[in-house]
Amino acid sequence: MGDDALIQSYRLSEWCSNAPILEEDLALTNFALDMTGRAQAMLSYAGQVEGKGRTDDDLAYKRKERDFYNHLIMELPNGDFAYTIARLFFTSTFEFFFFNQLQNSADTTLAAIAAKTIKEVRYHNAHAIDWVLRLGDGTEESHNKIQKAVNELWMFTGELFETEEVDALLRDQNIAVDMPVIADKWKEHVAQVLSEATLTIPESGYMQSGSNKGIHTEHLGHILTEMQYLQRAYPEATW
Amino acid sequence: MELLEKTDKIHETMLKNFEEKIERGDAIEPKDKMPDGYRKHLMRQMSQHAHSEVIGMQPEGNWITRAPSLRAKQILLAKIQDEGGHGLYLYSAAETLGISRDEMIAQLHSGKAKYSNIFNYPALTWADIGAIGWLVDGAAIVNQVSLQRTSYGPYSRAMVRICKEESFHQRQGYEIMANMMKGTKDQQEMAQDAMNRWWWPSLMMFGPHDSESPHTGDAFKWKIKRHSNDELRQKFIDKTVQQAEVIGLTIPDKDLKWNEEKKCYNHGAINWDEFYRVIGGNGPCNKQRMDHHVKVHNEGAWVRAAADAYRLKKEKQLLHL
Ligand SMILES: [Fe+2]
Ligand SMILES: [Fe+2]
Ligand SMILES: [Fe+2]
Repeated sequence: MGDDALIQSYRLSEWCSNAPILEEDLALTNFALDMTGRAQAMLSYAGQVEGKGRTDDDLAYKRKERDFYNHLIMELPNGDFAYTIARLFFTSTFEFFFFNQLQNSADTTLAAIAAKTIKEVRYHNAHAIDWVLRLGDGTEESHNKIQKAVNELWMFTGELFETEEVDALLRDQNIAVDMPVIADKWKEHVAQVLSEATLTIPESGYMQSGSNKGIHTEHLGHILTEMQYLQRAYPEATW
Repeated sequence: MELLEKTDKIHETMLKNFEEKIERGDAIEPKDKMPDGYRKHLMRQMSQHAHSEVIGMQPEGNWITRAPSLRAKQILLAKIQDEGGHGLYLYSAAETLGISRDEMIAQLHSGKAKYSNIFNYPALTWADIGAIGWLVDGAAIVNQVSLQRTSYGPYSRAMVRICKEESFHQRQGYEIMANMMKGTKDQQEMAQDAMNRWWWPSLMMFGPHDSESPHTGDAFKWKIKRHSNDELRQKFIDKTVQQAEVIGLTIPDKDLKWNEEKKCYNHGAINWDEFYRVIGGNGPCNKQRMDHHVKVHNEGAWVRAAADAYRLKKEKQLLHL
């Protein structure tokens, strides 16, 4: 989940000076800021649990492609505004239900991170929904663009509910997180918003997968190349 | 004829009121009568200021995805958001003068409205993020602190709010430079190189020497401007030289010397040819910055159109309920 936040924040921060209105520029980069904070909290905790003395920055800036476990949907290039909004809608809806459950973790650190995250995610989700409605029920052009984005992203949504990795994590924390339940809630919520936005829900087809084995799209390597540039070029330096 | 005389009279008293207010040091508010020249001067200055905040997001944004730590990334993201927020705030302050944000953006794109020249320089290394925060925001603060007492109410209030954030930016920029100067040889070189490239353009931010400045007269009379370009520049130099020394950075000016008599630094000659060349459109990034702003604005048109269409639909639905 730390990687999800890290990589999604990377993509959202690319909207700086690139959004259709100044207000939106600020909103998207503000979400990126939330997610960077979440990544920091999660990765430093992961490092602590691992017990090898690795810091949040070590994990963010010194890991290789194959050691990243973010969901594929997070790393896909931003595309147009509709594509970014559709993705944010899908991921924030998932995160909302997921962190809602994680709040009950017996692990107090995770529970605390989840409690903080849920507030942010609720806001991201509300913002994304506002735009899904505006674009879906706005002009013909915007309707077509957001529909296309929804269709193209659909095959990356199944991976969000794969259970192995998360199950193990949560079972350790004595929580039975019910991924199928989260998946059902997600589908219901998504269907409701899409239909209100006059959009068609894609038929369930083949779902892409691989991130829980560290198998990514070609895009992740480019993200890491850019993100890790200074740490790799000057390994002795601290900043 | 009578009517004309009457309106002339009214006009005269209103202008007299304006001048008295200025004289007393009262703030001018949007509903007050003000001379056309005053309004135009402010529109130009405030829209230029707003555009500067927004265009300034580009060079710093250039480093967001490459920020070297999670903390650095958070600070930079937050800083750039502040700048965008300043832009929004200044656009609405300028709108009280009777010009819309769309009009201001159109003027920016047509070249009628300008933005700060400093952003026509490139942010080449991570040290530039430090130098921009420390020197560029540092110079902006000196100017903006002085503008906190400017005669137009909405502008002065905007400056009060903005100045608080700018001093954060300046400290954070300085911290980046200080850390790099404590770091490896590569980092120190990077920091000094950024210093060398940003020092002179920062001095130019205060504009031409007082003897050359074309706007000085009216702006002073109307108390829009409270301190001259050279006064402000001097203030900036005096506070910055010491900060540079503390962390071991050299000011790239061999003529820089403490003037014991005046209790301030004398500085070397500023390259005004460069200043006018960059203002004239031939800086390293003028074209890039404007092309980018125009492109993003045009590409976003369909989104704004969708938002408008949606809002209209919903308003209609509400009316028919
Ligand atoms: Fe600012
Ligand atoms: Fe400013
Ligand atoms: Fe600033």
